[in-house]
Amino acid sequence: MTQSVVVQVGQCGNQIGCCFWDLALREHAAVNKKGIYDEAISSFFRNVDTRVVGDGGNISKGKICSLKARAVLIDMEEGVVNEILQGPLRDVFDRTGSGLGTFLLKVLKDEFPEVYRFVTSIYPSGEDDVITSPYNSILAMKELNEHADCVLPIDNQSLFDIISKIDLMMNSGKLGAAIKPKSLVTSSTGVFKKRQEKPFDAMNNIVANLLLNLTSSARFEGSLNMDLNEIIMNLVPFPQLHYLVSSLTPLYTLADVNIPPRRLDQMFSDAFSKDHQLIRADPKHSLYLACALMVRGNVQISDLRRNIERLKPSLQFVSWNQEGWKTSLCSVPPVGHSHSLLALANNTCVKPTFIDLRERFIRLYKKKAHLHHYLQIEGMEESCFTEAVSSLSALIQEYNQLDATKSMPVEDLPRLNIAM
Amino acid sequence: MSIVTVQLGQCGNQIGFEVFDALFNDSHCPGGLCSKRENEAYQASCKERFFSEEENGVPVARAVLVDMERKVISQTLSKAARSGRWKYGQHSCFCQKQGSGNNWAYGYSVHGPRHKESIMNLIQKEVEKCDSLSGFFIIMSMAGGTGSGLGAFVTQNLQDQYSSALKMNHIIWPYGTGEVIVQNYNSILTLSHLYRSSDALLVHENDAVHKICAKLMNIKQISFCDINQVLAHQLGSVFQPTYSREGSFHYRRNPLGDLMENLVPHPEFKMLGVRNIPQMSENSLAYSTFTWAGLLKHLRQMLISNAKMEEGIDWQVRPPLSGLPPLGKMSVNKETHFNTSIANLVILRGKDVHSADVGHHRALKRVLCAEHLKIQLSILPG
Repeated sequence: MTQSVVVQVGQCGNQIGCCFWDLALREHAAVNKKGIYDEAISSFFRNVDTRVVGDGGNISKGKICSLKARAVLIDMEEGVVNEILQGPLRDVFDRTGSGLGTFLLKVLKDEFPEVYRFVTSIYPSGEDDVITSPYNSILAMKELNEHADCVLPIDNQSLFDIISKIDLMMNSGKLGAAIKPKSLVTSSTGVFKKRQEKPFDAMNNIVANLLLNLTSSARFEGSLNMDLNEIIMNLVPFPQLHYLVSSLTPLYTLADVNIPPRRLDQMFSDAFSKDHQLIRADPKHSLYLACALMVRGNVQISDLRRNIERLKPSLQFVSWNQEGWKTSLCSVPPVGHSHSLLALANNTCVKPTFIDLRERFIRLYKKKAHLHHYLQIEGMEESCFTEAVSSLSALIQEYNQLDATKSMPVEDLPRLNIAM
Repeated sequence: MSIVTVQLGQCGNQIGFEVFDALFNDSHCPGGLCSKRENEAYQASCKERFFSEEENGVPVARAVLVDMERKVISQTLSKAARSGRWKYGQHSCFCQKQGSGNNWAYGYSVHGPRHKESIMNLIQKEVEKCDSLSGFFIIMSMAGGTGSGLGAFVTQNLQDQYSSALKMNHIIWPYGTGEVIVQNYNSILTLSHLYRSSDALLVHENDAVHKICAKLMNIKQISFCDINQVLAHQLGSVFQPTYSREGSFHYRRNPLGDLMENLVPHPEFKMLGVRNIPQMSENSLAYSTFTWAGLLKHLRQMLISNAKMEEGIDWQVRPPLSGLPPLGKMSVNKETHFNTSIANLVILRGKDVHSADVGHHRALKRVLCAEHLKIQLSILPG
């Protein structure tokens, strides 16, 4: 079981990160009753004796003294980071410097070439508050293409839709009986005192939950473990095609709404419905290159197999990977649930998102609007833009080629058999 | 003679625990049909094969546990210790922190060479505890990274270092509908290496054992623990002591030797499978009666019709009247498929075992319900 370092960049990254650390502490607190610094908690936290200055303060075993997050907070201006460092989680972060961006990815790749780089990136939605976001996105995409091992794209619109649906369920009279105003999934009552609800908090909590579920099988025990490096090994068939569509169920805590627990099988169906995806895309009508199901809680292999058999016919898999499923079972469910499922799909349905990004970029770039602000910075030239957009075009072309194979008949090669 | 077990990866370690548990519980089962003296002789023989003695009297499994990450081994060690009846050696484990990422190459080319010395030292220590070594039993999966890659590496090293000891690899054939996407790469790489370095490959298919759990054991929500327990039961019936020529109170000394001698007449044909009968849940046992004749008839039909369990057997399959067809005219047509095997071993355990008539299978009285396999590769035209 590995240890991971979380790098939070910019306002968005840091706000999400804040939610993440809050939830992570809560999750470990629920499992770790004795306050012992164990392997699970060491995946994200160091145990430090704050009375000792410097490296001597690190304690690797025994009771939890003071936990420090394995995190690096980066921003170009102090506001957000300062707020975090003054808030209830201040003792969880060491003070660090400021400054970089997706440049960081390249730096990490050069310095630590063998360490996998997972990126959750927030893609701009249709109505965006930043006019030059197409430029920023395309330039960032180039870095993601080249230096990230795996990217989980998320868009704000999907998160917003999910929150709206939860609110709708909460407020509608249909469910009857007592309902609590705040879902555990969308807000954190936190380990510490309840802090003021900030805008985007509910949405950020969903992303934080995604990160927790992604690493759960690496941190906690289960009958079929899956580490982060296995995600990359199984879900990235070609280095360029490393964009995974994620979907999470359930999205609200059963404790909060008084409805009978949904059947287990329903959870699997939900994971393949558009309502539960963190990015707007249509995987069912596109081609799956690979799919991973990470289950938490009291779910066994027979449940998993049964649901795979059930859902498979409605999904189209690429010709060379007809049985492409990676599965994992973790015994520890998330706080407040009896079981949960995270589905990660490498699917050609991400193509429209990229095409859309490229269109918006071209609209701006054709007129060279706002370009001079970028070009006046040393090191930045027009060629950066053209290279970035051609890198994206190449990626789109790869997806096109795969899509072209979609309706071709699949050769039915028999499986290697043992005649007994 | 003793068997040293090497448990590799999550699968290997989870199965290994169930195997030792089954072996121990079986040999220490109270009551039963035999006299006290018989039970003690059986226990002593089982102990010699699989457990060594520790100072405070708790038997220690003759096993080496290897994994590239800690969680499973910690769990396995504590489960064994918790039972209070047997345990694993404290220093018999080797783990790392980073895992193999389902990558056969990591297991074989990175972890193998890097940790060769530590792992082989652990095995050496375990071997030295044996008065006489029958051989190695290596438990591994083929779909993952550690079991498959590191398993192939370790087996090769065992061949180099202990050339006169026998090696049997217990390999788990993954589910057809996939549990790891790159399982096909990992499996083929493993098989090709093991075929050169191992003496016998005992195969268990996840799909087959899963069906047994569903249809015969009547388990509703099948977990890997259930699957492993069925597996362990089957392995137990293979490896537990059997009578030697003198009969009662005397058991055969060389389990792996016996198996290889009977089942691997030619080194090119080394894939083995197990069929067990009867296989059912504890609850159903009370309502069932068995006769040797009935059991043997079912078992034989399971063998020739290629059924993996005693439900859904195709009774239409019959041996061809004039013996085997000449080579050139072998039919690939599945409908007339009569399973031909190279060697069979039937093991009988239970009451009045000497009265069981194994009939025209010219087999010895104590034989294993396993038969030898041929690999059948269908090559498509064009």
